[in-house]
Order: sequence, then structure tokens, then C-alpha cells
Amino acid sequence: MDGAISETRKTRSNLEGVLAQGHFAVTAELGPPKSHDMAQVREKIELLKGHVDAANITDNQTGIVRLSSIAAGIAMVQEGLEPVIQMTCRDRNRLAMQSDLLGAAGHGITNVLCLSGDHQSFGNHQGAKNVHDIDSMQLLRMIKDMRDENHFQCGEEIPGGGPRLFIGAAANPFADPVDLRHFRLAKKIAAGADFVQTQLIFDMPLFHDYMKRVVDMGLHERVAILAGVGPLKSAGMARYMRDRVPGMTVADEYIERMAGAVADIAKEDKPARQEAWRAEGIRICVEQIEQVREIEGVAGVHIMAIEWEAVVGPIVEAAGLEPRPVL
Amino acid sequence: MIVAEQKPLAAITSMMEGCRKVLAVGCGTCVTVCFAGSAREVGILASSLRMASRVDGEPLAVEETTVQRQCEDEYLEPLAEGLDDYDAILSLGCGIGVQSLADRYPDKRVLPALNTTFMGRPTEQGVWEERCQACGSCVLDKTAGICPVTRCAKSLFNGPCGGTQDGKCEVDPSIPCAWQMIWERSAKLGLMDRLMEVEPVKDWSTSRDGGLRRIVRDDLRMPDAEGE
Amino acid sequence: MSDSEPDFEPSIIAFCCRHCAYAAADLAGSSRLSYPPSLKIVELPCTGRVDVLTVLRSFEAAVDGVLVAGCLSGKCHYQTGNLYAKQRVDYVRRQLAEIGLDEARIRMVNISAAMGAQFAEHASEMVEEVRALGASPLRIGNDQLEGET
Repeated sequence: MDGAISETRKTRSNLEGVLAQGHFAVTAELGPPKSHDMAQVREKIELLKGHVDAANITDNQTGIVRLSSIAAGIAMVQEGLEPVIQMTCRDRNRLAMQSDLLGAAGHGITNVLCLSGDHQSFGNHQGAKNVHDIDSMQLLRMIKDMRDENHFQCGEEIPGGGPRLFIGAAANPFADPVDLRHFRLAKKIAAGADFVQTQLIFDMPLFHDYMKRVVDMGLHERVAILAGVGPLKSAGMARYMRDRVPGMTVADEYIERMAGAVADIAKEDKPARQEAWRAEGIRICVEQIEQVREIEGVAGVHIMAIEWEAVVGPIVEAAGLEPRPVL
Repeated sequence: MIVAEQKPLAAITSMMEGCRKVLAVGCGTCVTVCFAGSAREVGILASSLRMASRVDGEPLAVEETTVQRQCEDEYLEPLAEGLDDYDAILSLGCGIGVQSLADRYPDKRVLPALNTTFMGRPTEQGVWEERCQACGSCVLDKTAGICPVTRCAKSLFNGPCGGTQDGKCEVDPSIPCAWQMIWERSAKLGLMDRLMEVEPVKDWSTSRDGGLRRIVRDDLRMPDAEGE
Repeated sequence: MSDSEPDFEPSIIAFCCRHCAYAAADLAGSSRLSYPPSLKIVELPCTGRVDVLTVLRSFEAAVDGVLVAGCLSGKCHYQTGNLYAKQRVDYVRRQLAEIGLDEARIRMVNISAAMGAQFAEHASEMVEEVRALGASPLRIGNDQLEGET
């Protein structure tokens, strides 16, 4: 079901436009390299271009240093794929954030996703000082004020008006405390979120319940909710997500299906196993997209194909979501 | 209270290269109640250092004393006599004590035997946990008595983040999620509405970020002879 | 550290709790079960009274080994004294390693008052083990520092 949001356009964002027109939006994730090789970014842009309305670039995800989100975003603008830059609160204080946002907007970037950021103890620079000058809720509010009130966090006016950014937040329907997730979503909307992307959904009944409550509270009319989906690559990956990723829930049926996909293949035949797993992973992902389209309040999908950008196009096509609207 | 713990013996030994005789000084206040620097710990450390140095073939003389509080000059005065004998003072006080000794006796090498770790409390016998980061503008009235700066790994003011699992912090499953605790306790106290408001950004200038902090109490200072 | 003279007689202090270990030692004595005389017994109301500093000072005075003997686990006359003793013995053992002394120089055993034979056995074992380790390296420096410690 296609969700509808406010008619008033706040930015020049293609994503905002697609949603405003009532289309079921599609976003995906582009993982930047650990190097300064922009050619790798351009390769991934080619894989996603035309298949999505916008693509997120992660910001030192899991505390591992990678080519910056904004730098990759600039390349995306140049190549004609709309970026959603991600900004965590872990690595920057309010000065750096505002400065980066001015720079991003100056280069034509129109979407930003605000995150707390995985703790640096997960990453490759565990001794680093974490910043957390402001939290993700305060970041939402800060950017909203920059855009709608045209002033910096300190209150000073921004000459020429603030950056016109379409503001996003992450939503996790599955992390504890589960009861409070709706209040958190309402709070994020009040803080300034225009759209949210959820974490990967591998528990459809739980997501159903979450969305039912969201709709009851009328939140879907105030924010565009993009459901997070992503293709599994192996049974091991499914189990890893269930057991080792904070805030993730994976229902047994997915683990069983992935295990079942290679049941008739010899353990030594690694290429065949990989192919079977991937095929099943894609199948599940497409099914999930079809399922979430039917849920009231869901305005689109956010496809997270970790280090597998090539599969996004086929998934979007198989889910019947092509061609993407051109505004 | 201030909680500290002893550095490993090898680390302390390596600090004392070139020393033949040192004075180990304990402190009778914070580090005594967290069993890091009382007279007893001074005895244990001194004995260990003497033994280790003899095993290494270069005997080190370590004498022992303990003062009530290393952070107040009046208790450091009595140490002046006989200090010439020592190549260094090994302080078993917190970082404040070490610096107080170093300021009072700037001609003496003063070495830290402890790592001052945090301000906290014993949660059970033998276990201490951090509780306060001295941010300088306490918000405990807003968070049902649970400090978000200290107990949340990301110092969120509008938590929790998306990483909580089974009520525990993503950083360490033995640490409860501070914001889950705050929400739960607020619910019990009927304070949920307040948590729905976005807590504005914190002014960190009252914290360490603002530079060295100082408190001046005019009502307590030594009055001028002229009464000004 | 491991060089031992052929008739090196290790000096061992045995901290024994009154209610069990000391009684067992007594029983060993009255039963004419011999154990090496180089093992000196110190009677305590409970092994819970053993403190780290005393044990370390013993090693500093060039004692070759320390034995702590308490009641059987769960049978401490004062409930948990022997459990605290174990924690402290473990602490001293780690400390000995940092100092550069062999960890085997300290040991804790648990026996009941009726176990005279076991006491004698533990005592003999301890003496032999320490004999094999050789004299405490602190014996060498001890004479020089006698005036200072």
C-alpha cells in the first residue's frame, strides 16, 4: 500500500518527490570502500542507478573507517544517483556536523539520515574517543531548524537560508524495549524526521504488529516509513544476524529456508551451495517486498544488500517495482 | 567516591628505573575504601616491590607511610622532613593526590602507583561501578535518578539507541541499557510524558570540555586582614 | 631459582585453623605420623584470618613456602572463612608470579580435624615440592638487607 505524506515540498529531493506523488519508494544502500578509490564508488553507482529513487551511503559503519559518506555522496550527485548521506553522532560534534551539512548541501546533496552510530568498540579503532556531543534526536531537530528556521544550532542566522535537506531517521521495530518503539518513532517525528528507514525485517508478524500500532497512532501520515529488507547470502549469515547483531530478530522460518536451500548439495561443492543460498535469499527478499507493500502505512522499501549492490536491480525488477518514476 | 586500581607491578617497577630508595605514600580516604591505596595496600605493594627488586638483583628500598588525605596540603606537610633520602615518592593516591604531592614537592619525582578510573560506588562487596562523570550540570531530576551521561555508552539524552538487546547495552551484555532503565523507572514514577519531549542539546561547557574547572566560594575564603 | 643444595631444608610456614587443620596436625603428632620439622605451624582461629600482607612479609623474610590449611569446603567453622582464605591465597599466588617467585611456593589445602594422616601427607608433599624448587631467591639478598627491612 502506498503511503501519503504532506503535499508541501520542503526540498528538491527526488525521494521526497517520489513519496509526495504517492509512489512506493525504493532506496538502497551503497557501501563505501575502505580506500580512497572513488572508482569503486562509481562502479556501485552504476549498479544502482535507475533502480532506486535514492541510495544511502553509510558513515563509518560498525566503527570501521571508510571513505566518507559525504565524499561518496558528491560523486553520486555528479553521476546522477541521488544520495542519502548518513551522519552518526559518534564521530562529529555539532560544529563539524553543521559544517559538513553546509558542504553537502552546497554540492547538491538533498537527503540525510541521522543516526547514533554503532559504538566504536565494534570497529577497528576501539581506543578512539567517541564524541556524542548531541544525540540523533537532537540532530534531527538541529537540521530541521537549519532548514525551516534558517538558523544554526547556536541561534545565529544562516546567511542565504539553511540547507534544504530531507531528513531521515532509523527506526528499529525489533530492539528492546519493544513497547517503547512507537513512542520513540513519535518523538523522532516531533524532532523533525521526514522519513524513516527500518532495520532489516526478518520477523514479519512482529513488523505487522508494529505497523498496526503506528497506523493506530496516525504516525504513518506524519512520516514516510520505508521497510528495511535485504537478501540473505547463507544460512550462516542468517544465524549470525540472529545471534550477534544487536537489536536484530530473525524468525526460524528464514533460517530453515536457507538451510533447506542447500540440503541436496554436497558440502564440498561451495560454488553450488553459494548459488543456491543466494537464489533463496533473493527469493525471500522479493517475497518480503511484496508482503510489506500490502501493509498499511508502509511508504516504500530500503534494500540493504551488504557488499552485494549488484543484486539490487534484479530484486527491484522481480518485485515489480520497475521502472522507477522520473520526476 | 573516587575509585582507582593499582597499576600492574611491572608497570610500577619500570617507572622507578634509576631509583634506589623510594617512599610509598598511601591515602586514607577514597582509595582506602576502594582498597587500592590504604596503609595495607601500601604494605603489600612495598613488600612486593622490595621482593621483586631483590629477585632482579638490584634491591630497591621502599619505605611506607600513609596520610589522611593526599589532596589537602596540611596532611602533606609532615612528609617534608627526611624527603631528601628518597629518589622518588610513589603515591598510592588518586590522580589528585599524585598531583598534590608533585605540586607541594616539585623537586621530587612523584610517581603514580594507581590508575584513577572513575567516580562510582560499590554495587556489591568487591565490585565498583561508575556512576558520575562530573558533567557540571546534573540532569538526574529528568532521568529518574539514572545518569545518561555515565551509564549510557553514547551519553544519549533521548535514548535508547537501536542497539539494546534484552535490556542490555550493545557494548557489553552485562551492562543494563541505561535508557531502558530510565523509561521503566519513569513509567513507575508517572513521568513518561516528560520523556516524550525532545531534550535539547547539552551545554558541555560546564564539563571537562570547557577547560579546567574551578569553584570559588567567597563565603568560605580566608578573609582579608582589612575585612574586604 | 631451581638450584638446590643436596641437604637444603626448606623453611615452610603452615597457617592452620584451630578447628580443623591444627587439630589434624595435633592428631598426626599424637598418632606418631611424622612430617618434616621444617614445617612451622601457626595456629589461627580460622584461615579467614590469613591476610595477604602477613603472607607477603613472610616471603620477604625469605620463607621458602607457605601452606594454608583450613576446614573442608562447606565445613568452615565460621561459614566462609576458608573461602576468603582461598581468594587471598589465589591473590598471593598471582602476586608471586609478578614478583618473580614460583607460584608453587604457596598452597592451600582443606582437611577435617580427623584427617591426621592427610595433614602429614600434605605437609610432606609441600616440603618436597619446595625442596625441588630450591631456596627462595630472597635468601641471597636477605643478609644484606637485614638492617633495612
